[in-house]
Amino acid sequence: MKHKTFFWFVLPSALAMLLFIFLPMVSIVVQSLHVSHEQVIIEVENCGPFGCRQSTTVDQEATESLRDAKPLGQFAGLTTYMDRGHLAVNEVGDAWNAARGWRDFGGRMLNLPFYKAMAFTLTFTFVVTPLVIILGFLIAVAVNSATKLIRGQLIFVSLLPMMITPLVGALILFWMVDARGIVGAFLQDISGDPNLSIKASTPLMWIMLMVYGVWHSAPFAFIVYYAGLQTVNTETLESAMIDGASRAQRIRYVVLPHLLPLTTFIALMQLMDNFRVFEPIISFSASAHATSLSWAIFNDLGGETRQLSSAAATSVLTVIGVIILLTPVLIRTWRDFGRK
Amino acid sequence: MSSKAHKKPLPLTLFITVVLGAWLVLAAFPFLWTLWGSFKVEGDFFSKANWAAALTGELTQTETGGSVTGSGYYGAWIEEEFWRAAWNSTLVCFFVVTISLTLGTLGGYALSRSPHRYAFWFLIIALVFRALPQITLVSGYLPVFFEFNMWGYLPTAIVVLIAINQPFTLWMLHSFFKNIPQDLDESAMVDGCNRFQAFRHVIVPVMWPGVITTGLFSFLLAYNDFAVTTLLLNQDNQTMIPKIGSFLGTTQTKGNVMFAVSAVVSVTAPLFVMILVFQRQIVSGLTAGAVKG
Repeated sequence: MKHKTFFWFVLPSALAMLLFIFLPMVSIVVQSLHVSHEQVIIEVENCGPFGCRQSTTVDQEATESLRDAKPLGQFAGLTTYMDRGHLAVNEVGDAWNAARGWRDFGGRMLNLPFYKAMAFTLTFTFVVTPLVIILGFLIAVAVNSATKLIRGQLIFVSLLPMMITPLVGALILFWMVDARGIVGAFLQDISGDPNLSIKASTPLMWIMLMVYGVWHSAPFAFIVYYAGLQTVNTETLESAMIDGASRAQRIRYVVLPHLLPLTTFIALMQLMDNFRVFEPIISFSASAHATSLSWAIFNDLGGETRQLSSAAATSVLTVIGVIILLTPVLIRTWRDFGRK
Repeated sequence: MSSKAHKKPLPLTLFITVVLGAWLVLAAFPFLWTLWGSFKVEGDFFSKANWAAALTGELTQTETGGSVTGSGYYGAWIEEEFWRAAWNSTLVCFFVVTISLTLGTLGGYALSRSPHRYAFWFLIIALVFRALPQITLVSGYLPVFFEFNMWGYLPTAIVVLIAINQPFTLWMLHSFFKNIPQDLDESAMVDGCNRFQAFRHVIVPVMWPGVITTGLFSFLLAYNDFAVTTLLLNQDNQTMIPKIGSFLGTTQTKGNVMFAVSAVVSVTAPLFVMILVFQRQIVSGLTAGAVKG
């Protein structure tokens, strides 16, 4: 294809991505280096019947004109990154000096919003991903061994948790585990504690969020593995059997090697998706117990005061995290391309 | 299937059946339960006394006189004007799907036919863009949208969703077009078509399976989006998912959780139908990237 034709074909798409993905990325980097202007304070003399007094007020006009002249705010360098809401350099240093042992240090770190969000995001990512792979594999094997007649229906039901809107799926589960819902009541029964409430307990909330994560993503791993199982070479399987391989050996040496590349694919997709965990925290109203990086950005942007610089700084840190996670994929794609 | 290699020992069959049964319950029961419960009153669906009340609907009986009630749906759709959100969602989904498919087919086709290195880099950059959490971009949009007074309107959200959707659409359609033999359009060009005519008359008629699959996923992205639409749309223009989000904040305190429950069921229903009709395309789309590589 000629360069010129290629250019015209990809132009609309490229333009959309340039304007609404690339430029916003530049914009968050710039914003994160600025903070909004402080209000201009002036001293005025108020003279009343009891004499004159000095008082300070906000000069609205001057503040407005300053904001109009420099809408980005004033340049602040890396201060936003270093403050308590983000990397909290000073606080970490203090915690390090004051801490008695590792546990204590960890506890102190979890009081800092960024590290709290980071801790949950990473735990979620690295707990949910392997569980999704295992459960997805089990379901795929189970569905694959069911009779052909009902497989269609089985796949339909299995797809539901993934295709349903995350916010909605999480809400449905949340209402069931509510202390007044069916699963909540059941949990109270088996634990023998009538006041057991997931909303009130941090460990339970973390577990519940991860249960949701596995429930939501397992269908993806299932579908990929199921498709993989359809293409396992039956001739190889049978010849392995003729050579005297047991069932376990056949799975170990024929089926699993066939599924291995799929596992890498699922793992990478899941790492990326789980890293942005966000909606379940809203649905479960879990922010008191667990926050994620995406939630932190959302929280800064929503509400009355939009803290743009703070959100931008968290966004930049999140993007850096994503790029670190993505490096293996990029290297792999690069090698694949080199081979072709 | 009659092959001997597929015969299993009994304990294994048993284990597999248990796994399958447990998973089916896990996957389907929450939806059935919520669908059933949405026709009860709050006192039954969230029963302090006995969870089974949601099945029998005792309080529903005393409060409304029937064993089922549509009050949750009435409250959500009429009183809280959920119909408006449903209409907004329809608009957003329609425009996002059609426009992003139009842009995506052109771009995906070009990417699949270009042998040059920059096409590869283009795809790699798209992959990085695809991996970014969408919410990280929103803080980049806000100041600009406020400045140009674009914040809060449906077209703004539509344009943003189209752009966010592009990387995925391009990858997906790129791999579909790769499977259409190059000889097809090249022979058309030998016969005197230019590139665009070859695309228009030769590729377009055979591309629909791939386009429909990609369209389904674009639809899901637009339909399911919460982060972007919540932060970019004002109250009147909200789509369904942010509207449910706002139910959580406001109506829950008023004791109208059932509005949210009914709205949740209403949002889920179209998705059920979609999976039912397009199951095959969805499965092929999910595995498109995986099985080949």
